[in-house]
Amino acid sequence: MSDAKDMATTGADVSAVLPEGRTLINVRKGQFVSDADTSGYEGLTRFVYSPEAAKRPYGSWFDQVVDVLQELLGDKADAAIQSVVVDRDELTLHIAREHLVEVCQHLRDDQDLRFEFCLGVSGVHYPADAGRELHAVYPIQSITHNRRLRVEVSVSDADPVIPSVTAVYPANNWHERETWDFFGINFTGHPGLARIEMPDDWVGHPQRKDYPLGGIPIEYKGAEIPSPDQRRQYR
Amino acid sequence: MTTDNNAPHATSGLGDDDGTAPEFTVYGGDWSDVAEEAARLGGQRLVFNMGPQHPSTHGVLRIMLEVEGENVTELRAGIGYLHTGIEKNMEFRTWTQGVTFCTRMDYVASMFNEAVYCMGVEKLLGITDDIPDRANVLRVLMMELTRIGSHLVAIGTGGNEMGATTVMTTAFVGREETFKVIEHITGLRTNNAYIRPGGVASDMPDDSVEMIRGMIPKVKERLDELAYLQLENPIFKGRLQGVAVLDLASCMALGVTGPILRSAGVPYDLRKSEPYAGYETYDFQVPTSTEADAYSRVVLRLEECYESLKIVAQCVDRLEASEGEPVMVADKKIAWPAQLSVGDDGQGNSFEHIRHIMGESMEALIHHFKLVTEGFPVPAGQAYAAVENPKGMLGCHVVSDGGTKPWRAHFRDPGFNNLQALSMLTEGGQVADVVVAIATIDMVLGGVDR
Repeated sequence: MSDAKDMATTGADVSAVLPEGRTLINVRKGQFVSDADTSGYEGLTRFVYSPEAAKRPYGSWFDQVVDVLQELLGDKADAAIQSVVVDRDELTLHIAREHLVEVCQHLRDDQDLRFEFCLGVSGVHYPADAGRELHAVYPIQSITHNRRLRVEVSVSDADPVIPSVTAVYPANNWHERETWDFFGINFTGHPGLARIEMPDDWVGHPQRKDYPLGGIPIEYKGAEIPSPDQRRQYR
Repeated sequence: MTTDNNAPHATSGLGDDDGTAPEFTVYGGDWSDVAEEAARLGGQRLVFNMGPQHPSTHGVLRIMLEVEGENVTELRAGIGYLHTGIEKNMEFRTWTQGVTFCTRMDYVASMFNEAVYCMGVEKLLGITDDIPDRANVLRVLMMELTRIGSHLVAIGTGGNEMGATTVMTTAFVGREETFKVIEHITGLRTNNAYIRPGGVASDMPDDSVEMIRGMIPKVKERLDELAYLQLENPIFKGRLQGVAVLDLASCMALGVTGPILRSAGVPYDLRKSEPYAGYETYDFQVPTSTEADAYSRVVLRLEECYESLKIVAQCVDRLEASEGEPVMVADKKIAWPAQLSVGDDGQGNSFEHIRHIMGESMEALIHHFKLVTEGFPVPAGQAYAAVENPKGMLGCHVVSDGGTKPWRAHFRDPGFNNLQALSMLTEGGQVADVVVAIATIDMVLGGVDR
């Protein structure tokens, strides 16, 4: 497990550094409601990064899986696998979106990999991580070898396009619709990328960080109740 | 039914509707009138909704059906009617408060939601191995009692939907016995918020051991009764055998887990393949079948209930032996400061704790206040936890930014995933089999929509 202190830097006027292979999860500025830091200390800004990329040997079965995948990808391996992170006994492969479908195909079909199940896709929004704001996280499970790894694809807010993996993992059909619905990640090649949880005519993608909680006032028995983000406690 | 091509739907309406097809609006009433009218107009193909509020849809599920006569030619499931933004809400509450939200997702199997979320948080904190044994036994006990309850609901409501009310009442009587124990220990029947990051909310009352031992034969009796009532019944067999078949290849392609996958012959159960909370130390079997139909899944669910009772009995022995041991992690920076107890005025923080923080130690009061209002920070990173829920594999992806609130919590509810298989289970079958197929998936829309 990584040390939290190691991943954070502090300082007032430090601008965010984006180290290769790490996600800038958040820029924490203390709990002041306005931007002004009234502590007089001006040192509350913390940059919180995800754990750094792992170095070989990764340990456990991780080396073998990465080796096999690199061999199958051949020349494309370096471009496809952007970084490998081992944290909390879990393997995360950061994959370039152009190669996602091919990687999934190998993960599913190769006899040494055999990751038969994709357990869906979970979107995560990191507004501070410039150029890589939206992450799609695919937990992938092998029943044959009883392993689980995570494939992570990051795209920018301006170009939130990721190829759909439904051709390889049909189970991801609804999961991708859900991630489109909540995060606005456009999964190209999906057979019918409609909203799934929110109404079809909903505006916005509610689980993005810039979308407020609630967001709309609710009328109940004639009284209008302000949306939760307009109530002090949630700001 | 008319289709507006400018509507903001990504897909057009079902079929090749040119806007001239006759439309009938039916609210209950006699179906044969509609069928007669349709026959008079010469139409063979009908497109209609089942739900969103239909008793057999286990919540608010909308099913768009296209039928020819009694045969289903196309089916689509529409969900989202029970979406409550639980995942979004959790980002605005502390890690501990998150339990209160996620327990309300699949409200029939709420303990599993709490367990998987807490396991994810504990993985982020790196304290998975520090959870006291007694807390793990209590978690297993709660999960297995909930599994019995959930399976009984699946079997009971499934019977009810086919017109056998007795199946439903018998199942609910059995489930009530498990609820009595759960209520005795946690204070609530369901949506308990009992499993917390670091352990469980409170130890069980002293008389629980006898109570659980008394419950086991009562539940077993109901399970026997359900088996006798159903499994050899010719109508039951006629409705379920060979219906809603999903073979192994389709299960794997669609990521289907739980009783549906096991009915296709794969003994895949996370309690065995990736044991958590000490499951590797319990003696139990994973029943399977190769029939892959709705009937075999009812049998599997019943068998799993018997296996769960075996685990419950083992839990009781361990709880008896470990009396007085802690049920919350020792690290006071994480452990919830108060233990609950029942006083004259109902359930609340224990008297000893209140006396300590209010009368003896100001530091203890500050500590309590900070931990309860602000919560504890969780090191940055992400983790995935998974448990075997009665419906299949329940996964939880949690991300922390190093703060006291989740940056993201996402749940892979097995019902959400498995409901995708509904079209494959029903197309080509009869309308009456749709109800059987829904019952055999046994999703709960609270979990599907979250």
